Amino acid sequence: MSLRIACLATAFCLPVAMAFAYLLARYQFPGKALVDAVLHLPLVLPPVVTGYVLLLAFGKRGPIGSFLFDTFGINLSFRWTGAALACAVMGFPLMLRAIRLSFESVDQRLEAAAGTLGANGVWAFFLVTLPLALPGVLAGVVLCFAKALGEFGATITFVSNIPGETRTISAAIYSYTQVPGGDEAAIRLMLVSTAIALAAMVVSEALNRRMQRRVAVFES
Amino acid sequence: MIDVDVHLQRKTFCLNASFTAGAGITALFGPSGSGKSTLLALIAGLVRPTRGRIAVDGRTLVDTERKVWVPKHKRRIGIVFQDAQLFPHMTVGQNLNFGRWFAPGGKRIVSQSSVVDVLGISHLTDRRPPSLSGGERQRVALARALLSGPEILLLDEPLASLDAGRREEILPLIERMRDEFRIPMLYVTHDASEVNKLASQAVVLENGQIVWKGRPGSLHSRPELLPDAKPLFHKS
Repeated sequence: MSLRIACLATAFCLPVAMAFAYLLARYQFPGKALVDAVLHLPLVLPPVVTGYVLLLAFGKRGPIGSFLFDTFGINLSFRWTGAALACAVMGFPLMLRAIRLSFESVDQRLEAAAGTLGANGVWAFFLVTLPLALPGVLAGVVLCFAKALGEFGATITFVSNIPGETRTISAAIYSYTQVPGGDEAAIRLMLVSTAIALAAMVVSEALNRRMQRRVAVFES
Repeated sequence: MIDVDVHLQRKTFCLNASFTAGAGITALFGPSGSGKSTLLALIAGLVRPTRGRIAVDGRTLVDTERKVWVPKHKRRIGIVFQDAQLFPHMTVGQNLNFGRWFAPGGKRIVSQSSVVDVLGISHLTDRRPPSLSGGERQRVALARALLSGPEILLLDEPLASLDAGRREEILPLIERMRDEFRIPMLYVTHDASEVNKLASQAVVLENGQIVWKGRPGSLHSRPELLPDAKPLFHKS
């Protein structure tokens, strides 16, 4: 369940994070600091607050939620798709940050060179910027995925803790600790989630180092 | 034939340049910070002028009054940077193909084999840019720019980051490019000997202003222009 939620959350996050990362890394515009702050808000806001905001906005009677339900028949609240949305929102800043840094580390003069050789902005992005930033982008994906796997506060507030529908690993651990004799199962899940988080950090660090090497080699 | 008449206003710097360059090599000459490289960036479409116009063979690329702006990827102007700017994640061959790929079919004036031959880089095709020497990188950058089928070629101090030996190796290649491919070139340098060797016309810049235009041979009759322009081995 957790895996499915985390995969959907990450997949949903990636294009949005790339677009915003590119915007923030390459363009100056009025209100940039504000946009930056709002996008990073889920990182510092209490997760319960984020979850509650989602519930108000995307709940069946919320403005966005009722629109989605009436028009497309999509209902997010108390469904696993809603859990994915909550995870996506929580993981987004981590992904955005990693991708943005990787875009910023790509020399803009390379993009200029691609332009003078006849590549328009889209081609230059996919042939030059993205391949060079790829390790950083992957690092962002890994971080977002790990965060999405472990998300608790926003998820439980938004979609509750329904076994088989919205119960993530964290929610499951919490439930086990609340019942007598649940310790063994809780510890098992705890080890699993620790392993996943550890692996994610190692992978993302390795990708980051690779990223720096790529860029450094070129500057020499 | 390239026609330039531009004005660029920056906080601490002001560039005013008006000149015409024909066939052969036109040297843009002057000390560091005189605006030579900025002028190339304006022509290549990397920087927008505050006002003015630039045209190549009668095709207007920028005209602030008539609100014409051709983006850099449609200008068909090749540029070779001081530090080559090869794509580090591609092989030399892929770098060369990059420009060719986007060159409009009928405009591939020069064939890949002749460019690779003239520049002597056929043995480098499978190598990656980080493993090349400075001179090799610069030759690949020259080839890549040529293969994109440009109407003019801009060279931004292509020899400045090379040692004297490498410079001697590339200089004749640029002469051959001039003679064999017949592409007009604008050549930015702060080295008077390069101007004399390559250029059929020279434009001397100082503090963003053109202070002299003419044939490089007669530059010596204006010695006051030269002392400032001693070779400086850092980025301008």
